[in-house]
Amino acid sequence: MSTTESTPNTTEEPWHGGAEGLESFTLRLRRYDPESGKAPYFEEFVVEMEPHRSVLDAILTAKNDEDGSIGIRCSCRAAICGSCGTRINDKPGLACHTHLSDALARSKDGKITVEPMGNMPVIKDLIVDMDAVHWKKQQRVTPWLLPAEPLPEKEHIVPREAMVDVTQSMACIQCGACVSDCLSMEVDPLFIGPAALAKAYRFVGDPRDDKHAQRLDDLANDPHGIYDCTHCFKCIEACPKGVAPMNQIMRLRRIASADHSIEDVNDGSRHEHALVNHVKKWGTLNEAQLVPDSKGGKFHPRTAKEMVASLSVIATALLRRKVTPKSALIHHKNPNQSEIKRIYQEIGAREERLELNLYITQPDEPEAPDDQDASHEAQVKTTGDQSAVNKPVTNREA
Amino acid sequence: MPAHDVLIIGAGLAGQRAALAAADAGASVAILSKVHPVRSHSVAAAGGINAAINPDDDWRSHAFDTVKGSDYLGDQDAIEIMCSEAPGEIMHLEHIGVTFHRNDTGHLDLRAFGGASMKRTAYVADITGQAILHVLYEQLMKYSDRVDRYEEWFNTSLLKDDSGRCVGCVARNIRTGEMRTFNAKSTILATGGVGQAFKPTTNGLICTGDGMSLAYRAGARLMDMEMIQYHPTTMTANGFLITEGARGEGAHLLNAAGERFMEKDAPNKMELASRDVVSRAEQREINEGRGTGPLKDSVLLDVTVVPKNRVLEALREIVNLGRDFAGIDITKEPIPVRPGQHYTMGGVKTDVNGETDVPGLYAAGEVACVSVHGGNRLGANSLLDTLIFGKRSGQHAAAVAGEMQMPKVSDAQLRDDTRHIQDIINRPKTGRRISEIKEELGVSMNQYCAVFRDEEGMTKGKEIVTRLQEEAKTAYIDDAGTVFNQDVLGALELGFMLDCSEAIVTAALERKESRGAHSRTDYTERNDEDWLFHLTVSQDGEGADAPAKLDKAPITFTQWEPMERTY
Ligand SMILES: Cc1cc2nc3c(=O)[nH]c(=O)nc-3n(C[C@H](O)[C@H](O)[C@H](O)COP(=O)(O)OP(=O)(O)OC[C@H]3O[C@@H](n4cnc5c(N)ncnc54)[C@H](O)[C@@H]3O)c2cc1C
Ligand code: SF4
Ligand code: SF4
Ligand code: FES
Repeated sequence: MSTTESTPNTTEEPWHGGAEGLESFTLRLRRYDPESGKAPYFEEFVVEMEPHRSVLDAILTAKNDEDGSIGIRCSCRAAICGSCGTRINDKPGLACHTHLSDALARSKDGKITVEPMGNMPVIKDLIVDMDAVHWKKQQRVTPWLLPAEPLPEKEHIVPREAMVDVTQSMACIQCGACVSDCLSMEVDPLFIGPAALAKAYRFVGDPRDDKHAQRLDDLANDPHGIYDCTHCFKCIEACPKGVAPMNQIMRLRRIASADHSIEDVNDGSRHEHALVNHVKKWGTLNEAQLVPDSKGGKFHPRTAKEMVASLSVIATALLRRKVTPKSALIHHKNPNQSEIKRIYQEIGAREERLELNLYITQPDEPEAPDDQDASHEAQVKTTGDQSAVNKPVTNREA
Repeated sequence: MPAHDVLIIGAGLAGQRAALAAADAGASVAILSKVHPVRSHSVAAAGGINAAINPDDDWRSHAFDTVKGSDYLGDQDAIEIMCSEAPGEIMHLEHIGVTFHRNDTGHLDLRAFGGASMKRTAYVADITGQAILHVLYEQLMKYSDRVDRYEEWFNTSLLKDDSGRCVGCVARNIRTGEMRTFNAKSTILATGGVGQAFKPTTNGLICTGDGMSLAYRAGARLMDMEMIQYHPTTMTANGFLITEGARGEGAHLLNAAGERFMEKDAPNKMELASRDVVSRAEQREINEGRGTGPLKDSVLLDVTVVPKNRVLEALREIVNLGRDFAGIDITKEPIPVRPGQHYTMGGVKTDVNGETDVPGLYAAGEVACVSVHGGNRLGANSLLDTLIFGKRSGQHAAAVAGEMQMPKVSDAQLRDDTRHIQDIINRPKTGRRISEIKEELGVSMNQYCAVFRDEEGMTKGKEIVTRLQEEAKTAYIDDAGTVFNQDVLGALELGFMLDCSEAIVTAALERKESRGAHSRTDYTERNDEDWLFHLTVSQDGEGADAPAKLDKAPITFTQWEPMERTY
């Protein structure tokens, strides 16, 4: 569930414990008992609850009243501990942070289907092996501060904004929802992945860390590193805490190439430049031209190899209807050329790159818009300003 | 069999800090936790952590506020240690990476908190516990060659040798069902509180008092168990916590008539009086018919008076909580709250190095009672308690380990525990369900051991606990498997909670005065003449059925004589 979707209509009466009407909900839980020798199967439970109660509450009711063997990790029930990552009606998220009514609204068959997260092996029922994937990847990014020695006697003196800025990545509760549906990770299981790269930004964005260049060099040159992300937005949508991992990855890229001039072996930074130039020139991406441009031109020997290697990603994108065959082949120019030029000029003229994030708010915040279900994707894509990518919609609605 | 100098049970802030301190001191360390360490309930701590780091502040002022907050039941030597070591600990946390909020000069920013005479709460937005817990875990990953982590292992018993020394524990690997004996020179309990014995509670489902019960069964005394903190601002909709940081940032409490009723109780500190004081005031408003909501069982917390930008920057988590879990935009309208169970001041009695009555056994954090909180804990003093006494336990245990051989341990307990678990699995489905008993326990404790208490109610509460203890013996479960059998662990946790509940009601019935969080309608005044001491509860004899025995323990005074408490 994305934060946007969970936004209830605040003009209604506030929920008051036990004072609302009960409704009947059908849970369809994916069960798997590794000791039974049987394949996974689905089992249905019917529970009576208030519609604003969470999917976790419903599962726990079934567990308490009917079948204590249902396996699910949970503790806080309030989207804080990160235990209850699952897939609910095909979307990754926290069971405790998904209202029954919202889950039902997305259901095709009137039932609430709950499955274990993807991209990680299942241990039992809704419990996955996070050590094997999620935590291993965390360990990969040297996940601890490497401050300059000797340490100051008291605290490091750092700008207020810098600490507020990394707080967005610090807000990650390691639930794994972003890992569950990461498109790149499906194609390349070795991809370091959204959560671990968000963690990496937590150090690269932290002025107290003394190894920014080494960290970035490492992450840029790893073939499964920052340039392995395909901008699919899935992690942003999945994240219950507004960490927006993809945005942190894009910031790592910008810092790597713009601030540290790291030319990686993956041609990631060249690809970034090609991207920027394309938008400048045509107003959109010219997919057919992008790979050759990223490799230093159509006739560069590396280009052919890369085109072949990209095929699986392109195929997956086609399968998931992220791009249609037509749009992949024919290139259109964005009609609003002057607007794009203006944006480029404006950003280029700025002294500092703006890195807005969740915890940094502006003094003149606009009031919440009425329609709150505009997705991240829609808002971000219509804004040409790269820095807007770092400004999640939650800012406006809160 | 794993053997370590120092074995730590529990990987919240207290446990992780103990592990890092012991490893730093050169000990071989194992840390064991029934959930992945970052899921520990320390993650939920929102508001911040106290330390006198402002140049105009003094740790003695912090210590006095803590003594006063404790209603003079806290041990002043321990409080002095905690408050004087606090600034150094905050700097240590800053150095290892905690992203504390800064002020405009780039120094640590401090926010106001309840019961404090000045701003001394360092914070990371309203995710302070999470930020510290995750940074400590980063350090555990860094030291993975020196600290063995046993994640998702459930401790079932403590082990003692013939001399009565604690020599390790028995635990179950939750993923495989394997039972194993852990051998150690010293064992540190850091298993947190027992909020789940109450319903509702701000505590997570894992806060089931395991360590208190295990230590009690091993012969240690529990202390100050009657002191249960009800937090003034838990959401009526679901019992979740709204951090005291909200009031620290200036939020008001209003009754149905829109009055700031704290004017009557704490004209100076208003909403930022000690928690026991604010909770009582709210409960009085509700009991006397000035509550709001369809059931008139709430008061209103008005955050709209705090500038919106500040709310979004420093209280974002509760904006989300209000929106997602109560359907309220707290930046636009007040939110219904009421007192809710939050914290166990009592716990396993320790000295200032974390040592319990059982040689070789330490306790730190919410499971322990040093006692720095006495009758009432100040907000943002608990994180401090976990870290200071976690560190001190780790250091002390490591030093002791350097001077001794690995003690011998037998497999007898392992066999007993294995059999006990099998017995639970084999029980016929004729008794009650575990979940039913747990529900009744929680509702009853919340009814009879809440903000206001009296003889009649607590006597009923005690009868219920005794009956539930009987019923728990035949309660059945559904899961017969070995992989992630959470059902059978739930049965063990129920046993732990019942032990703790027995200790809580027993001590609460005994203390015939009102002090701190223990507020009796039949003994409304504090009575220093007759009750200025701690109550301890221990097991009278061996075995699961041994009754609870009450004793007194002296309070340590250093520089502050009991005075009247006004805010
Ligand atoms: C919602 C909320 C907000 C709070 N906010 C603040 C605040 O702002 N400031 C403040 O100072 N305090 C706050 N507190 C209090 C504070 O968070 C806790 O008291 C403190 O974090 C407890 O830490 P701990 O290390 O003792 O235990 P926990 O963090 O609870 O850790 C217990 C550990 O023991 C393990 N464990 C338990 N039983 C077993 C077993 N049988 N076998 C193996 N492992 C076991 C668990 O897995 C866990 O790792 C808050 C508390 C709550 C509930
Ligand atoms: S945007 Fe990148 S990191 Fe995020 S899910 Fe898609 S591929 Fe993975
Ligand atoms: S980034 Fe978000 S979705 Fe991913 S692990 Fe962290 S909190 Fe979960
Ligand atoms: S139970 Fe803690 S995040 Fe869902």
